[in-house]
Amino acid sequence: MPSEPTAKVVDLPIRGRGPDGKAASSDVIIDIRDLGLTFQTADAPVVALRNINLAIRSGEFVSLIGPSGCGKTTLMRIVADLEQPTEGTITVNGVSPREARLKRSYGYIFQAAALYPWRNVRRNVELPHEIMGVPKEEREARAKRYLELVGLNGFERKFPWQLSGGMQQRVSIARALSFDPHLLLMDEPFGALDEITRDRMNEELLQIWEKTRKTVIFVTHSIDEAVLLSTRIVVMSARPGRIVDVIDSTLPHHRTLETRETPAAIELAHRVREGLKAGHSYD
Amino acid sequence: MTAALGFLSPKGRVLPIFTVLAIIIVLWYALAIALNYNRVSEQLEQVDPGYSISELIQGTWNMERPVLPAPDQIAVDLWNSTAALKVTSKRSLVYHAYITASATLVGFAFGTLLGILLAAGIVHVRTLDRSLMPWIIASQTIPILAIAPMIIVILASVGVTGLVPKAIISMYLCFFPVTIGMVKGLRSPDPQQMDLMRTYNASRWQIFWKLRVPASIPFLFASLKVAIAISLVGAIVGELPTGAEGGLGSRMLAGSYYGQMVQIWSALVLAAILGMTLVYSIAGIEWATLRRTGGRA
Repeated sequence: MPSEPTAKVVDLPIRGRGPDGKAASSDVIIDIRDLGLTFQTADAPVVALRNINLAIRSGEFVSLIGPSGCGKTTLMRIVADLEQPTEGTITVNGVSPREARLKRSYGYIFQAAALYPWRNVRRNVELPHEIMGVPKEEREARAKRYLELVGLNGFERKFPWQLSGGMQQRVSIARALSFDPHLLLMDEPFGALDEITRDRMNEELLQIWEKTRKTVIFVTHSIDEAVLLSTRIVVMSARPGRIVDVIDSTLPHHRTLETRETPAAIELAHRVREGLKAGHSYD
Repeated sequence: MTAALGFLSPKGRVLPIFTVLAIIIVLWYALAIALNYNRVSEQLEQVDPGYSISELIQGTWNMERPVLPAPDQIAVDLWNSTAALKVTSKRSLVYHAYITASATLVGFAFGTLLGILLAAGIVHVRTLDRSLMPWIIASQTIPILAIAPMIIVILASVGVTGLVPKAIISMYLCFFPVTIGMVKGLRSPDPQQMDLMRTYNASRWQIFWKLRVPASIPFLFASLKVAIAISLVGAIVGELPTGAEGGLGSRMLAGSYYGQMVQIWSALVLAAILGMTLVYSIAGIEWATLRRTGGRA
């Protein structure tokens, strides 16, 4: 493997950092420094992530975009303490990802809705509360409230297989929101949906985000989706997984699907595409 | 034709079953002629060498001690030993079926419990996975016909007789499919379902009850259907060496001692009916459970 021009990555300006490289403001929620992960496989070690530096502040909507195998999901799984880094440091809410997980400080939304098929919609949303020992009445009240938020009132007693893919994913979003974690980790949540459903889900997610002011990390490989939703777009590249560009959104805070067609959005999409292309040329 | 007979079967199940039954019965009568022919023709020869073919056929279907009794002979004997007798009578097959069924169900209950406990241990403790599995498999390679008399004799020597030894033999047979099915079932949750539990910081106990157990239910029922059928086989095999104590197995043994083929067949038919009832009961419970938990059954 040729030596990687990683220097460029390190030189990237990182928002939320002072000149000394330390987190400048106290509202940094996720602080990732020189992070790397190498998987030991039978034949040769695989570098999944190398030299990742990223600080995410409260209330940001950060998209991780890149080709398959660029480690964007792995990076998010490290934040969630579902994978362990082999190099560097990471803090979530000022503590290690493990401590953050033990405190249940994030809601994770998987690519497949990961609903339990033997539970109806309401009881799927109640699952985290059952585990956290929330009393039955409050559980039910919360399930009702958050199912309403994602527009699923009236479907409480349906089972997952009776719902469309989009509806299933909305249940999983309600489930993640229902215990009110400040941080939402969304791993290609709409990747398996058709374009029309995906548009509608994007619109709803924007509304929910405006209402709840959560910090969101959103993994996607749709440029449109990243541009429409994010306040910051992190462009990643594969082999090894690394950050090639971090783009601040110039779009207004309030957005609709039409925002995608404004010149600012088209300009942003162009820059993301350039970043992806640049990352690709290293192959 | 099928449309005209449609009333027989709302879901088209009854007609196929009766068709197969009719074919079996016709073949059975034919086989009874073939197998009983020699002895009947000998008897007729002694009385009147000029016997007709219809006399011969009638003879093969009405022997007192046939090699293969005709279906109507078995039906009559079944009727006489069930509906025509008080159920408390020692000659009643219902009484014997009850003895066998109670040993079957006790063995099945304990075998299922043992099977689930073993599976839970194997799934959670790596050492158990490595150390227990070979022994569990080895236990099933020993023919039950060799083990059963030993269990009966050993337990009888310490004064344990009756239902318990038979239930133990049933348990010995039926824990195996439950263990195998439940190990698979408890391991069936996909990685995302497991990761979800991790993100909630769920304990192993919570993961077990809220994820592994519900995910294993379809596997459990598949195992239970196999388990209850072989549990019945175990109970019957357990009754063979005990001799006169009662149960369908002892009826079969007594029948073979006295050359009463009809009696053996009656007990066999009743054992088959009992087995089907047990398996379909499990299927009924499965249907009700899956419907309550969102299955498409």
